[in-house]
Amino acid sequence: MSWPDLAPIRLTLLLATVTTLLLLLLGTPLAWWLATTRSRLRPVIEAITALPLVLPPTVLGFYLLVMLNPEAPIGSFWVRLTGNTLTFSFAGLVVASLLYSLPFAVQPLQGAFEGLGRGPLEAAATLGAAPFDTFRSVVIPASLRGFVTAAVLSFAHTIGEFGVVLMVGGNIPGRTRVLSIAIYEHVETLRYSEAHVLSAGLLLFSFAVLLSVYALNRRARFHVR
Amino acid sequence: MILRTLFAVWVMLTPLTAGEVRVAVASNFSGALEQLRDDFETRSGHRLTLVTGSTGKLYAQIRHGAPYDVLLAADAARPERLEQDGLAVDGSRFTYALGRLVLWYRSGAPTDSGTGDQQGSAWLEAGRFRKLAIAHPELAPYGRAAEETMQSLGVLESLRPRLVRGENIAQAYALVASGNAELGFVAQAQLGQGDGGLGRSGAGGTRWPVPAALHQPIRQDAVLLKRATDAEAAAAFLVFLRSEEARSRIAALGYDLP
Repeated sequence: MSWPDLAPIRLTLLLATVTTLLLLLLGTPLAWWLATTRSRLRPVIEAITALPLVLPPTVLGFYLLVMLNPEAPIGSFWVRLTGNTLTFSFAGLVVASLLYSLPFAVQPLQGAFEGLGRGPLEAAATLGAAPFDTFRSVVIPASLRGFVTAAVLSFAHTIGEFGVVLMVGGNIPGRTRVLSIAIYEHVETLRYSEAHVLSAGLLLFSFAVLLSVYALNRRARFHVR
Repeated sequence: MILRTLFAVWVMLTPLTAGEVRVAVASNFSGALEQLRDDFETRSGHRLTLVTGSTGKLYAQIRHGAPYDVLLAADAARPERLEQDGLAVDGSRFTYALGRLVLWYRSGAPTDSGTGDQQGSAWLEAGRFRKLAIAHPELAPYGRAAEETMQSLGVLESLRPRLVRGENIAQAYALVASGNAELGFVAQAQLGQGDGGLGRSGAGGTRWPVPAALHQPIRQDAVLLKRATDAEAAAAFLVFLRSEEARSRIAALGYDLP
């Protein structure tokens, strides 16, 4: 049994952590807006948010190559800012993962916010709470389950990312060679025992994550209602 | 009734009764093969289906029973191993093309650097670029030739942090064509056919044909796979591939011939 290089695991965990934190930060206001707005734009924004669920990763990967290359506006801005290209870099993988996992963060949050109803918010407002205060002391505690689900799903989905990274990552050891790419490479080069170790690890990890989400949801149901 | 059903299943599972040849082809040659396809189909009356990938990937697929009749590899090693593995027909191997490696600067190649055979090594030594794309050296023979070239020029270790790897030569080409890497090692044949990238026609840019002495020759071998041992269409295809007409077209597309 030969043991695989463990650097891809570290890289993948780092990528998933950064992506999850950023998604909670960016996804919360978006989900809040989607849950509360009466704007006619809402279905449009909802559809755009859900796009990564249905698009094949190759479409996402291809457009990222087009948009992030150093001659395109976004890509060249990044090069001026950091001196590095966005493709083939960790930052580029973060951008790709944000897009790729966006619906997994926004949809549970939006569901939780919608489930809250207007009642608690109006009660808080009547008691003189400012909007942000209401959000912090009423909305967040009451939607904790939504936050946990969003975080766990974004994290797990980013871990399983493959197609997009294959296209924009450039397979650089230690920088963009994530777990799924390393497994793919082991299989393609016929190093099956390494592929087995990494694949089995990923399988167990994913199962544990899903199990904890479902167990948590069940417990929460009993306690809340 | 049962017998008839079984017979129908047997007919469906029997390969190649319809005169079809399924060719697994290394990425660098897939464009060339598509150009040869019409000729082959009109001349032989058989149908030709292409499956494209890196040689390493196709080899792994064949090892796991992928239903291909012929492998057009980008190297000589994998067809030979298939023969040793008992998955290819003994004695069916031959070299159908010799690959030519090109270092392609899509735009903005330094003009003050050397000429002729020295040009490319001057580019690599000057290093006025961020990323250099190659095919994965373990999966794609063109990737290995690219590494050998940099090794011969003594720049491999210093350039390593700037190498980005496509899974096959077509992806390496795409990384350069889309402007994400400034230059890359690609196949000569791709530059004749590929689209130069978004909003550009033709491959353009500046090319340096890598002198053959800098890397092991890229001997691209074809081999007939066991499942097609008696298949007429596959045999006809291999005869066609050796014909003078096919050879002259292969040469015109950017390959040397054995």
